[in-house]
Amino acid sequence: MPEALGLQHFLLVGAALFCMGLYCVLTRRNAIGILMGVELVLNAANVNYIAFSRYGVGGVDGQVFSIFVIMLAAAEAAIGLAIVLGIYRRSGSIDVSQMTSLRG
Amino acid sequence: MQGPDLSVAAFLLLSALTLGGGGGVIFSGNIVYSALSLMVSFFGVAGLYVMLEADFVAGVQVLVYVGGVLVLTLFAVMLTHRIEDIKVSNRGVGKLPGLAAALAMFAGLIAALEVAPWKLPAEGVAHESFASTQSIGNALLGRYVLPFEVASIVLLSVLVGAVVLSRKEVAEPRVRDDA
Repeated sequence: MPEALGLQHFLLVGAALFCMGLYCVLTRRNAIGILMGVELVLNAANVNYIAFSRYGVGGVDGQVFSIFVIMLAAAEAAIGLAIVLGIYRRSGSIDVSQMTSLRG
Repeated sequence: MQGPDLSVAAFLLLSALTLGGGGGVIFSGNIVYSALSLMVSFFGVAGLYVMLEADFVAGVQVLVYVGGVLVLTLFAVMLTHRIEDIKVSNRGVGKLPGLAAALAMFAGLIAALEVAPWKLPAEGVAHESFASTQSIGNALLGRYVLPFEVASIVLLSVLVGAVVLSRKEVAEPRVRDDA
């Protein structure tokens, strides 16, 4: 019995999710919105890792890597949101187009 | 045959959840709705993990993303907005160039997906399932023990760093000159 679902289907979902995250990062002005886009991109990468772990030849390695990615995503979210809070406290806004104090 | 149809239906449903949640994140003008759509997307991705026989990672996904990252995001939203401007808090700029870039990226990925020589198991070799949790545990404490330990150091420094970054400024302590 041939499998109805293949690697390509999951990679397609991963690619679509990645591009959504990319669009979110490119167009948002709210710093928290940009961080949400980064989470979408990391999830897309994880979908690809797990899909290769299931359909490829790597065995469990893909799942281990995706756990590391999840760990780093949590770390990134914690530090990123702490920085956003610091910026808000300093300037009263988290609009990235107004963060110009480092502009040369 | 019942099996393939059911798995295809489940795949379509979970993909729709994932991508619909993603669409909500990128098109909603209210950042709280964006965060809730992100939750839908995370649950869809967890379902896809279950379909790919990665039940442990699916559990981790729900625990860490939905239970941790999302709650943190909502906290940050609430702390950085006044209630009345949450509704207009999520404006986007440069929608057309962004859309063009994302679509170009998607087209490139699809093209790569068609031509890439994936290293797949040989035809006719049946896929063997393995106990996901047990193999991950063995891999983490065997082959990947060094990254595992580095991860714990990373998490510790993130913990300290987040506290340092987000604490309130305290007044300068007076210098004692009696010593």
